[in-house]
Amino acid sequence: MAMTATDTNRAGLRRDGHLEKLKLFGLSSPALLMVLVILVIPVGWLFYVSFVGADGQFSLENYARMIKRKSYFRIFMTTFQVSLLTTGICIVIGYPLAYFLSQLPSRLANLCLITVLLPFWTSLLVRTYAWLVLLQKKGLVNDWAISLGLWDEPIKIVHNMTGTLIGMVHIMLPFLILPVYNAMKAIDRDYLKAASNLGASPRKAFWTVFFPLSTPGLFAGSLMVFVLCLGFFVTPAVLGGGKVIMVSMKIVSNIELFVNWGAASALGVVLLVLTMAILWIASRFVNLAAMTGGGH
Amino acid sequence: MKRTLGLTLAASLLGTAVYAQEKTVTIASWGGSYQEAQSKALFDPAAANTGIIVKQETYGGMSDVRLQVSSGAVSLDIVASGSGSAARAGAEGLLEPLDYSIIDVSTFYPTLKSEFCVGGDVFSTVYAWNTATYGDAGPQNWADFFDTEKFPGKRAYRNKVAGALEPALMADGVAPEDVYTVLDSEEGIERAIDKIRELKPNIDVFWSSGAQHAQLMKDGEVDMTTGWNGRFDNAAKDGGKVKYSFNQALLDYDCFAIPKGAPNKDTAMEFLAEISKAEYQDDLPKYITYGPTNKAAYDTGEISAEVAAGLPSSPANAAMQLPVSLEWYAKWETIADEMYQEMLTE
Repeated sequence: MAMTATDTNRAGLRRDGHLEKLKLFGLSSPALLMVLVILVIPVGWLFYVSFVGADGQFSLENYARMIKRKSYFRIFMTTFQVSLLTTGICIVIGYPLAYFLSQLPSRLANLCLITVLLPFWTSLLVRTYAWLVLLQKKGLVNDWAISLGLWDEPIKIVHNMTGTLIGMVHIMLPFLILPVYNAMKAIDRDYLKAASNLGASPRKAFWTVFFPLSTPGLFAGSLMVFVLCLGFFVTPAVLGGGKVIMVSMKIVSNIELFVNWGAASALGVVLLVLTMAILWIASRFVNLAAMTGGGH
Repeated sequence: MKRTLGLTLAASLLGTAVYAQEKTVTIASWGGSYQEAQSKALFDPAAANTGIIVKQETYGGMSDVRLQVSSGAVSLDIVASGSGSAARAGAEGLLEPLDYSIIDVSTFYPTLKSEFCVGGDVFSTVYAWNTATYGDAGPQNWADFFDTEKFPGKRAYRNKVAGALEPALMADGVAPEDVYTVLDSEEGIERAIDKIRELKPNIDVFWSSGAQHAQLMKDGEVDMTTGWNGRFDNAAKDGGKVKYSFNQALLDYDCFAIPKGAPNKDTAMEFLAEISKAEYQDDLPKYITYGPTNKAAYDTGEISAEVAAGLPSSPANAAMQLPVSLEWYAKWETIADEMYQEMLTE
């Protein structure tokens, strides 16, 4: 049976498609291999180790301990509390700032964006210790406030939750501002003009038109800040005065304290699972692909 | 071509042979002013006298050793460690037993060495106070440290259980010699933790490192803290208004151990024998106020009576202190620290 021209064509197309897929796979295989080696295998290993007890046998003791001791629950609560509060404060400070930046002429806006990014050029450790110097009892903030008569006695703004939040908000703010700013820049100004043309007050135009259009950026930024906060170590360790204990800090102390790696691994697994759960829930509301720069 | 290759091989083998005759050891310690003192007093002079080449590193403690031993890639020959963690690591099988026929400990304080670890220096966990707040005559004992009516002010305390429970029990009226008997049960541990719980509203900072508690005192951030004596001396030298007392302090020691499977185990043993000699140990107090573990170091004339009076292991100071019980830490530290974390997170 002779093949018709269309059949040949179709077969050729299919072959081309096949080849292209293979080529694409070949091209991305180094990246895939890397993900496998540096992500999938270690995380799998982490899961495995978390089920190994002190005697080297399969055991649930690492998880049982987390239920038995209330401190683990409290540490997870603190971690989520700090992360939520940091995210909330970042939104309150960052959103208006991003809005302000998006209204500026682009040259000025770029200049301002550089100042937003400037802190990234300094190490996190240095910034954290700088806050310690500023906020401590005999630090600059208390000294100035007292000499200006704002308060009489040094107030406690570090070695506690307040100090931790100040430090973390400072470090996290750019992660919120950038996606929000991007989303705002992408909003067509004509929509706002159309809204006022149709009789909306500036306030109404903002809330009914501008704000909803900026929410993907806001969600993306908030999610990024929140997830990054969950794994924070240095800032709460330095500014929390040993009283704000987050999961990462407990992981470190468990590595030092317990003979088996599993004691620390189990904490990592629980944090990972909780974070994935949050991302999964969030993905039902936000387009995560758009957040990471992918298309809609 | 083949011949050249053969020659090259032979030459390189020869090279290795020559190299192997030069003995080397890799030592890991805690860095900072502590390791600097060790280098100047112990490592450098001992290297010069023995011809052993010393490579120094800093490390994160016995968890690093555990990683190296369990992965079969041991690179460290000697590690400096706290006595308690060394005892636990030894029990875990991470350390080589030390050969005391090579390392001469006949003039050591008998308690300052163990199967796996030979003492390097003696330090104390003390209470320190801000002299601007309380003057030179500050708290006299742990009961005063816990008494916020007599000594109002903010405290700092350790964020781990090591060295945290003994003071609380002494403050609660337990005689120093009975402390470890009382602590030998969960009820006893809870009693100590309850005492700290009581003080907690006045504890501003739970410190995590020696550098931190020294800085807290230097900055006047707290009025009283627990901590390691050498750090407070350095803070005072830098102008910090801080004093401390050896009364009821916890007498503890740092030691040197050899990780299981160390590449230069024999050289390491030889080197430990060298740095344990009085002639090196007597130099250590020049750089940090930690005392020798070798009693003979007091007899060489290097340590003046004045310096000796300020060292944790001088006979007069040692008599006032409670020696830390390694047995207790080996048995209870993990459980006690978990209980301590409960209090911290409340």
